[in-house]
Amino acid sequence: MSAYVVRRVLSMILLLALLSLVVFILFSLLPADPARLTCGKSCTPEIIEANRHRLGLDIPVFAQYWEFLKGLFFGRTYAANSPDPVQCSAPCLGYSFKRGEEVFVLIKERLPATIWLAFGAFVLWLVAGISLGIYAALRRGRWQDRTVMGVALVGYSLPSFFIGLVAIFFIIIRFQLLPFPSYVSPFENPLQFLQTMILPWIILATLYAAFYMRLTRNQMLEVLGDDYIRTARAKGLPERVVIRKHALRAGLTPIVTAAGLDLAGLLGGAIILESIFSLPGIGSLAVNSVNDADLPVIVGITLVAATFIIVANLIVDLLYAVIDPRVRLS
Amino acid sequence: MTTAAQPFLSVDGLSVTFPTEDGRVQAVDGVSFSVERGKTLAIVGESGSGKSVTAQAIMGLLDRRLSVVTGHAWLAGRDIVAMSDDEVRHERGSSMAMIFQDPMSSLHPFYRIGAQLSEAVLVHQKVSKHAAREQALDMLNRVGIPDPKTRIDNYPHQLSGGMRQRVMIAMALINSPSLLIADEPTTALDVTVQAQILELIGTLQQEYDTAVVMITHDLGIVADIADNVAVMYGGRIVESGSVDEIFYHPQMPYTLGLLASVPRLDQVRAERLDPIPGNPPSPISLPPGCVFQPRCAYFDRVAGHACQTVRPELLDIGRGHRVRCHLDSGQRDQVASDVLAALAGGGV
Amino acid sequence: MTDASSNDDQVLRVTDLRTYFPVRSRGLLSKTIGQVKAVDGVTLSVAPGETLGLVGESGCGKSTTGRTVLRLIAPTSGRIELDGDDITRMSAKQLVPLRRKAQMIFQDPYNALNPRHTVGTIIGAPFDVQSLNPAGGVRAAVQDLMERVGLNPEHYNRYPSEFSGGQRQRIGIARAVALRPKIIVCDEPVSALDVSIQAQIMNLLKDLQDDFGVSYLFVAHDLAVVRQIAHRVAVMYLGHIVELASREELYSRPLHPYTHALLSAVPLPDPRAQASREQIRLRGDLPSPINPPSGCVFHTRCFRAEERCTVEIPELREFSAGHTVACHFPMLEVIPGAVIEGPDSGLTPQPVPYIRPPSEVISDIAESGSLARAAGVDYVEGPDTPVPQ
Ligand SMILES: Nc1ncnc2c1ncn2[C@@H]1O[C@H](COP(=O)(O)OP(=O)(O)OP(=O)(O)O)[C@@H](O)[C@H]1O
Ligand SMILES: Nc1ncnc2c1ncn2[C@@H]1O[C@H](COP(=O)(O)OP(=O)(O)O)[C@@H](O)[C@H]1O
Ligand code: SF4
Ligand code: SF4
Ligand SMILES: [Mg+2]
Ligand SMILES: [Mg+2]
Repeated sequence: MSAYVVRRVLSMILLLALLSLVVFILFSLLPADPARLTCGKSCTPEIIEANRHRLGLDIPVFAQYWEFLKGLFFGRTYAANSPDPVQCSAPCLGYSFKRGEEVFVLIKERLPATIWLAFGAFVLWLVAGISLGIYAALRRGRWQDRTVMGVALVGYSLPSFFIGLVAIFFIIIRFQLLPFPSYVSPFENPLQFLQTMILPWIILATLYAAFYMRLTRNQMLEVLGDDYIRTARAKGLPERVVIRKHALRAGLTPIVTAAGLDLAGLLGGAIILESIFSLPGIGSLAVNSVNDADLPVIVGITLVAATFIIVANLIVDLLYAVIDPRVRLS
Repeated sequence: MTTAAQPFLSVDGLSVTFPTEDGRVQAVDGVSFSVERGKTLAIVGESGSGKSVTAQAIMGLLDRRLSVVTGHAWLAGRDIVAMSDDEVRHERGSSMAMIFQDPMSSLHPFYRIGAQLSEAVLVHQKVSKHAAREQALDMLNRVGIPDPKTRIDNYPHQLSGGMRQRVMIAMALINSPSLLIADEPTTALDVTVQAQILELIGTLQQEYDTAVVMITHDLGIVADIADNVAVMYGGRIVESGSVDEIFYHPQMPYTLGLLASVPRLDQVRAERLDPIPGNPPSPISLPPGCVFQPRCAYFDRVAGHACQTVRPELLDIGRGHRVRCHLDSGQRDQVASDVLAALAGGGV
Repeated sequence: MTDASSNDDQVLRVTDLRTYFPVRSRGLLSKTIGQVKAVDGVTLSVAPGETLGLVGESGCGKSTTGRTVLRLIAPTSGRIELDGDDITRMSAKQLVPLRRKAQMIFQDPYNALNPRHTVGTIIGAPFDVQSLNPAGGVRAAVQDLMERVGLNPEHYNRYPSEFSGGQRQRIGIARAVALRPKIIVCDEPVSALDVSIQAQIMNLLKDLQDDFGVSYLFVAHDLAVVRQIAHRVAVMYLGHIVELASREELYSRPLHPYTHALLSAVPLPDPRAQASREQIRLRGDLPSPINPPSGCVFHTRCFRAEERCTVEIPELREFSAGHTVACHFPMLEVIPGAVIEGPDSGLTPQPVPYIRPPSEVISDIAESGSLARAAGVDYVEGPDTPVPQ
């Protein structure tokens, strides 16, 4: 097991390196010239060249990549020979000249809001999705099932910006049930934090819960027809034990897979909701950076998001082995 | 305590219907039989004849929302059909137990067999987890699992099919039930393993004085272990009696057809077997008269198209032998002796 | 018909056939860490118009033998001659014309037919593959065949799901006999069927043999079924043929202890006869074909095993004309009513089914795919025993 984990972590690092290289090459192929974007209308080719050098873009792509990798571990200095060198300390994910900040610092500042948003919604949607999914499965074909599945379908098909805007309009503007969203750390002002987060949590959870309801329901229906469930009943186990201990555990694996990957995806930023509720998270950072063509930040966010997905993949695989003893990780 | 003469299980007019989208499926229709402790009743029939549904109805395993069960199943004098879900649940696994056809899929793949066995103890007995595990270990020993101390911590996938069926038997018998229903317990196993499992069931039956209902489609298994036999066709019992009556004095055309269809290990039949023509009936559209009529070679011997229009009753013809057929006793004897003579004369 | 070994007009002749499946470690750099010896030195032959039964317990290599002789699986070594041609190393392309001579019928009537094709397409497939145009057209030929196997020719355009198990088996049979092959490998063709239907299908197979003179290699685990249909019978254990004899000989004078055990384990549908038989109880499990026992492969469960059996491999010897057996101490006596117990070989560790974690991409390509298609079979069942990884 531990050998497996070590091997997986190593291959994960390899994968990330490859991925960052691909990202690097892709961005270097973009028609937009970052150096050109550094100055406005009054640009001269000389200024652009100088800026290109400052950004470290005047060397071949692979050399740039090498600089990037070195920076990741040892930090790097941009425009070292110029009068105003820029220091970027390890781990250096790049430097945003637009914002005059290290990309790593930018992302680090934005991460808490995203993490809070993702985890809060995650817990909500798992609880709601799984329990309603089980409920629908047990009432299969009856009105309760149809209602739950109908609601799920609606939740599934509404776009998040629509629900978000409607919620803001009615709950915040029209009836003033909540104050205007303004993010603070929960350690600073728990009440304001909750008031800000509650709507995005619920909206995000609704979107995801719809999918988990369907998934759970279908899993349960499949598993409940299995032979070992009949065996559990034949033992005289109470139905709730049959459901919770035997059926749910057996149907859990795809739910775990989906949950792990969805959470990881969200940690890379919930672009739309963060923007609507002006949460200072990775998603809104990404949107702004795209608008500003702030390439170092975009590359940094892409890599961080990919890391989350890859790590989640490993965790899901490990959980698989914990849930299903037949899975052998070797 | 029931006396030996009084049956432990007595099924009376048991019917099961499933309301489905294609119509009402009459899976079991008016089935009656009884089993005493220490005795074995074999229910034999082709697939779809209603054997498993009968067993599940007795065990209370049918979902009441998706099926309608009528009639009675007296378990030591108490009617299971009339019990509440919770009352039946208390009987399941304690006074009556069941083992299933496919040992590969009948154990939960994610739990160790020790946990699955102890769980069966803990629902019905107020004992500690440790005591439950001791009972599990003892039971694994009894069903002939080598090295039970190690095997108790195995997962099902680490055991062979035969061993898994032994674990299933251990699980069924761990609370010493008085009734064991075995639904084709050896169909998925090799003959050599089948022999081991049948022997094991027999031994434990003696030890615990259990009433056994053995569901099978294999007439060899019936001959090997049954005391009494019920032949099912199209959801009904069409013939029942002692094992000797069924094998040596069969009366019903379907039973005769079955006996004529089976290839024999101990004798070569005529080069061609004499199969029952056609296919078993669909429970959605059962023929209005005798369910076997479309495949029966003798229905034209019955006057007035009774076979096509009138359901025959299960008739007691003495010696505990019951037959569901419109033929009169003389005709039945004639048919039986014709078929049996053809069988005996077919050897190569 | 029983004297199969001397003359060379055999439809199928298999010599010292071995089929090993590699057991690989997993991961990017997988290496072979062992071999499943599914078939380990099988020699047999089938004469024209003859049925050779192949019996044995699950996992002993019956199906693998059947598939290998049709080259649906590549043999590891040995020699396969089909109607005089050595097909052991032929390429898929070279095999195409020979597919006319050899066909297959599968066990599972539910999975062996492509559910998206009509019955007409399925039965007509062999004509397409061989680019044959029978006189009167494919449709007429197919409807003829349907009639012949007891299907209603008007059901030409129906799908397999509309047929019962027995009828599906008839479809499979019609497809197999379409090109009038010389031999058909039948892999448990009646195992999944009810007794009454089973008898119908066995009769059909016999009738077709009488009409077309086709030979069968009839794989089954049911010894009574084999007795009914086979002219000669081969008993397999763990990849080896341990006894081969005419039907009459094998059932009345079995010589190998394993054959005895197998026969005595089948309960007779006759209570009195059943009560007074010789009973041999084999104990323990079938050993793993990855690591078969030394000497005689049966010695771990054999009640006659002696020291010699654990070291010396018994050769297949001819005991009487056409009756060969691989045993150092063949059984010449039968003890009715006796109960003989074998040693308990204990539990064989079960090969763990490999369940992939979700991230491992499943990219299994059925290696036999192209060969199967050449045979006009678009659905090949997987191995029915769990495959050790
Ligand atoms: N593709 C494969 N890869 C690896 N092992 C295989 C494969 N196919 C079969 N085997 C193994 O080869 C052995 C023989 O298998 P085979 O299917 O021939 O048995 P069989 O006698 O037909 O059994 P059954 O009665 O269950 O059909 C078994 O141990 C099986 O697990
Ligand atoms: N839950 C169900 N809903 C509808 N029909 C059912 C159900 N269970 C069984 N049946 C039908 O009842 C008949 C008897 O089934 P069963 O008792 O399983 O047969 P067997 O004799 O093979 O055990 C079959 O035709 C089957 O299709
Ligand atoms: S009642 Fe009529 S149709 Fe039915 S078995 Fe008897 S003779 Fe045949
Ligand atoms: S060779 Fe020995 S072990 Fe093998 S079957 Fe014969 S007596 Fe038994
Ligand atoms: Mg059944
Ligand atoms: Mg097979």
